[in-house]
Amino acid sequence: MSVYVLRRLLQSLLVLVAMSVIVFIGVYAVGDPVEILISPDADQLERERAIQALGLDRPLWEQYLVFVQRALQGDLGRSFVFNEPALRLILQKMPATLELAFGAMVIAILVGLPLGLYAGLRPESPGARLIMAGSILGFSLPTFWVGLMLIMVFAVQLGWLPSTGRGETAALFGLHWSFLTANGLSHLLMPAINLALFKISLVIRLTRSGVRETMLMDYVKFARAKGLSPARVTFVHVFKNILIPVVTVVGLELGSTIAFSVVTESVFAWPGMGKLIIDSINALDRPVIVAYLMIIVLMFIVINLVVDILYSVLDPRVRLEGSR
Amino acid sequence: MEVTLEVRDLRTHFFTRAGVVKAVDGVSFTVRRGEVLGLVGESGSGKSVTGFSLIGLVDPPGRVVSGRILFQGRDLAALPEAEMRRLRGNRIAMIFQDPMMTLNPVLRVDTQMIETVLAHEKVSRAEARARARDALGMVGIPSPEERLRAYPHQFSGGMRQRVAIAIALLHRPDLIIADEPTTALDVTIQGQILAEVQKLAATTGTALIWITHDLSVVAGLADAIAVMYAGRIVEQGPVGEVLDAPLHPYTAGLIGSVPSRNRRGAPLRQIPGMTPSLLHLPPGCAFRARCARASEACLEAPALRPLAPGREVRCVHPLLEEAQA
Repeated sequence: MSVYVLRRLLQSLLVLVAMSVIVFIGVYAVGDPVEILISPDADQLERERAIQALGLDRPLWEQYLVFVQRALQGDLGRSFVFNEPALRLILQKMPATLELAFGAMVIAILVGLPLGLYAGLRPESPGARLIMAGSILGFSLPTFWVGLMLIMVFAVQLGWLPSTGRGETAALFGLHWSFLTANGLSHLLMPAINLALFKISLVIRLTRSGVRETMLMDYVKFARAKGLSPARVTFVHVFKNILIPVVTVVGLELGSTIAFSVVTESVFAWPGMGKLIIDSINALDRPVIVAYLMIIVLMFIVINLVVDILYSVLDPRVRLEGSR
Repeated sequence: MEVTLEVRDLRTHFFTRAGVVKAVDGVSFTVRRGEVLGLVGESGSGKSVTGFSLIGLVDPPGRVVSGRILFQGRDLAALPEAEMRRLRGNRIAMIFQDPMMTLNPVLRVDTQMIETVLAHEKVSRAEARARARDALGMVGIPSPEERLRAYPHQFSGGMRQRVAIAIALLHRPDLIIADEPTTALDVTIQGQILAEVQKLAATTGTALIWITHDLSVVAGLADAIAVMYAGRIVEQGPVGEVLDAPLHPYTAGLIGSVPSRNRRGAPLRQIPGMTPSLLHLPPGCAFRARCARASEACLEAPALRPLAPGREVRCVHPLLEEAQA
């Protein structure tokens, strides 16, 4: 197992290096930040001094090497716009995005699993058909539009929920969290639902197909032939088997939920990393963009690793192969 | 001998989009205490569906449409699901064909055995566990205490089938339905398991329905035999008599298809053609198209009729004359 983890870590390092090169070249191609950063009426001398101070006069490969050298010391550069370390800037915004993403995931599982289970066990019932039709809507409606509709109905017309910001926060582990206060929770609810919509549909479809596939297995029929109650057959024999694909996909989706909460954060003015990255792209704030992408890559790597380990906990067959 | 199971005119049909498939179409037989009935037929003859009908596990679109399944005097076909469940795994157990598929891969063997005990009896977990361990020992699994903690994939195919048999034996059932339980196993393992099962049936008085396409298995194991073709029993009787002197041309063809040591070098005999589609069953005798003895009279469906003591056959032209000549 430890050999396996070590090998995975080495592979991850390679991914990280490759990603940093791609990001660096990509950001370079997007545009010259100097045009945006320096006031139009600055003279040539000031201009050149600024370019030199930002290190933009050097060739790309040299800039990259400097970046790598500093990154190894934990310094991902200073934001051109805020003149603050990019890493700190992002980490400040991270709790907001994390709680939004986790909130969405929890909603997706709490809603998606039971609905998918029902749709899988009674595929012909009207309820199941309704659920499946609904999941198509969840897949196909654009997130920003649903977000706007939610705001219009629940914030503007009914006035039940606030539409922007994080509300009151409370401190835990030295960070500020919205979900710890009632006011913060009411702020979190709508964006989390908005972000969860796609995932709910995903979990429903995954669970349903898993249930339908598993129900046909001989071991389910054998479990019934043993005289077990339908509840035991469903919640132990079937459920444990469908958890394997569901955990995998939900785990992997967590990364993309964090990375792509950009839209929801923009619609609900949620002060998270997603909003920061959009602002940074608009300002061509290279160090922040690069740092953000590196953190996201790192996050994906860690999540994949955790999913793999979780997988081996759920599936004894994987466990055995890993230990050999 | 006491009758354990009496099946009368059982019909199980599948209602598919293409039409009604009469997988089991009027099957009757009797199994006594301690008796082994070999239910024989080709793939698609309805023998497995018969087995699942008895235990009430026919999946939609199929269902038992008529007939009576009298188990110790109670009609299982009319029993509500909750009461049927109380019998399943308790008084009637089933063993499946593919041991690789019958045990849940993500649950340990002890979990799968203990839950079976607890489903029918209010005992402590410790006692259920002890029962599970004893059952594993009984079917010849070495060091059962340790094996209880293993997962199914850590067992070989033969060992898994032993575990499945041990599960079937947990409540000392009155009837075991075994659906080709040794087909997927090596010949040597098959022999061992057959011997174990025979011993168990003889000592506990459990009645056994052994579903198979393998006549050699039936010859060694069963007391009585019922040959199925296209959803119907075409011949039944004591195993020795039926195998020595089959009355139905189909039974004779099946026996002839078994490669024999005595006919070394001679081309193997076979039954021409294949089993008809149950969806478009021709009128009259279903075996007509493949039968050398077929005549005009076979256009009328023959009934199962007694021809000798304890023997019944569904044929217009039984092999009676040749058998006596």
